[in-house]
Amino acid sequence: MTTTTLTKQQPATADTATTVPYAARIDHVSKSFGRPGAQQHVLDDISIDVAPGEFVCLLGASGCGKSTLLNLVAGLDAPSAGAIETPGGRPALMFQEHALFPWLTAGRNIELALRLRGVPRAERRDEAERLLELVRLKGAYGKRVHELSGGMRQRVAMARALAQDSQLLLMDEPFAALDAITRDVLHDELTRIWTASKSDSAAGTNLSVLFVTHNVREAVRLAERVVLLSSRPGRIAREWQVDIPQPRRIEDAAVADLSIEITEQLRGEIRRHGQH
Amino acid sequence: MASTETEAQSTAAPAGDDTAAGTTVTKAGVASGDLAGLEAGLDALESTVVARQPWLRTTASKALPPVVALAIVLGLWQLAYHFELKPHYLLPSPVDVGRSLQQKWLEGTLLNFVWTSVSRGALGFLASVAIGTVLGLIVAQVKAVRAAIGPILSGLQSLPSVAWVPAAIIWFGLSDATIYAVVLLGAVPSIANGLVAGVDQISPLYLRAGRTIGATGPAGVRHVLLPAALPGYIAGLKQGWAFSWRSLMAAELIVNAPDLGTGLGQLLEQGRELQDMSWVLAAILLILIVGIGIELLIFAPIERRVLRSRGLLVKS
Repeated sequence: MTTTTLTKQQPATADTATTVPYAARIDHVSKSFGRPGAQQHVLDDISIDVAPGEFVCLLGASGCGKSTLLNLVAGLDAPSAGAIETPGGRPALMFQEHALFPWLTAGRNIELALRLRGVPRAERRDEAERLLELVRLKGAYGKRVHELSGGMRQRVAMARALAQDSQLLLMDEPFAALDAITRDVLHDELTRIWTASKSDSAAGTNLSVLFVTHNVREAVRLAERVVLLSSRPGRIAREWQVDIPQPRRIEDAAVADLSIEITEQLRGEIRRHGQH
Repeated sequence: MASTETEAQSTAAPAGDDTAAGTTVTKAGVASGDLAGLEAGLDALESTVVARQPWLRTTASKALPPVVALAIVLGLWQLAYHFELKPHYLLPSPVDVGRSLQQKWLEGTLLNFVWTSVSRGALGFLASVAIGTVLGLIVAQVKAVRAAIGPILSGLQSLPSVAWVPAAIIWFGLSDATIYAVVLLGAVPSIANGLVAGVDQISPLYLRAGRTIGATGPAGVRHVLLPAALPGYIAGLKQGWAFSWRSLMAAELIVNAPDLGTGLGQLLEQGRELQDMSWVLAAILLILIVGIGIELLIFAPIERRVLRSRGLLVKS
């Protein structure tokens, strides 16, 4: 009796862990906007698998449709062709703007995400405090959004995204509006949180990140894999595995070397648009 | 602006100036403790503490100019009386008006008049809020409804509510129902319009952020749409009160029957029938004071609180 239960249970658990080897699967996705006849192709036949726990950066110039692609993965829009699967449920999403609700305090913003996820009332406060501590904002619980600096707001937004307890975190140029010093610190912070989630994977918090940026060095600083998109329509131009050990620094020689290589390719993609 | 510039720099020049934060840190990367300290320092540098002025001083500095203006008006009025620009029975002095008020006060009827009007106004306003809020939400959210009655709703705002009085009298006779009908017809459109404007002004970013954390359907309305629309809604409520009060006075002036309680509008009308100018001026004064008083004591503090908590009230 016990053996049959075991054999019955094992595939079920293996189902989520091994038979779905991706946190997000973007499968031959195309997207166009506009009326038939006057259509604008934004994305053309994109296929990317994000492995569980993987950190992928989507890199491209303006008009490559990287934000559109992220919206599709987030489920805010539907692809024109192809399919997108996110087995871990609704992904968390962070924007360039903090998008925190100004009528709530920092802590309450996080609690709202917890509440909508179904966390019981009694546990919300503690969980919100824990997440604030994770982004090193202990004591900011009662602060209003306008009382926080840009970097602090983005960290609260990160805590709110983490409050969704999603396996997949989508980030749409989340640090683009910050000054260079703050951005640098938040890179370290994001790497730390992502690395910590990997070592904690037994608890099921193996965080995958799909990060959109037009900043080459940011991509190389953060990602395990950089995917370069060409523009109009967005296609995958090339991919790089980044084997530099974390924690990296944005001014590391290895980061700079790879950045130069990627930048050359990116500039090549951009030049093609000036030729006709 | 600044963000685009820094972005452009760091992409265009791979060996550029992102080193600002890194110069003092060893190449091995920042240890966790260092990062925490660095962040605490940044947070401290970038947070500004806005000290609020002492309450008494703010009030005093705000109250002084209107008080001076009021004193000047009273002075000019007294001068006009003194030089008899008009015969005294047409232009009584401020003191005469004060005596008229005092007389009503001593008769013990003054507060009754005020209370009759204020309670009618409040009741009519609350009913308008209930109807106007539901109506506003429907118009804001349902496209077909907006296309159908949206323009009518904003058009109704420019219709003076006194125009409803004759119709209401024909429908309901000289009764309380007539008074409330006029108040509702005056206030509901502006409250509904306020809410529609509030919903329209919501940044799409909040709606998008709400959807990504799972605030959809009724939860989205409750946790995102309504709180985000609150500033516009409160502005609508404020205007709704002003319209309620105006409509009420128009109705009370015309709907005059012995078995209806005497409100300020009826008091004004009685003064006119008796050709008692200081009585008429006293009634106008009371109507003005109640209208301003409720705005200052109820709506202004609520509005200020909401705006301040969202950082929308910038002090120069």
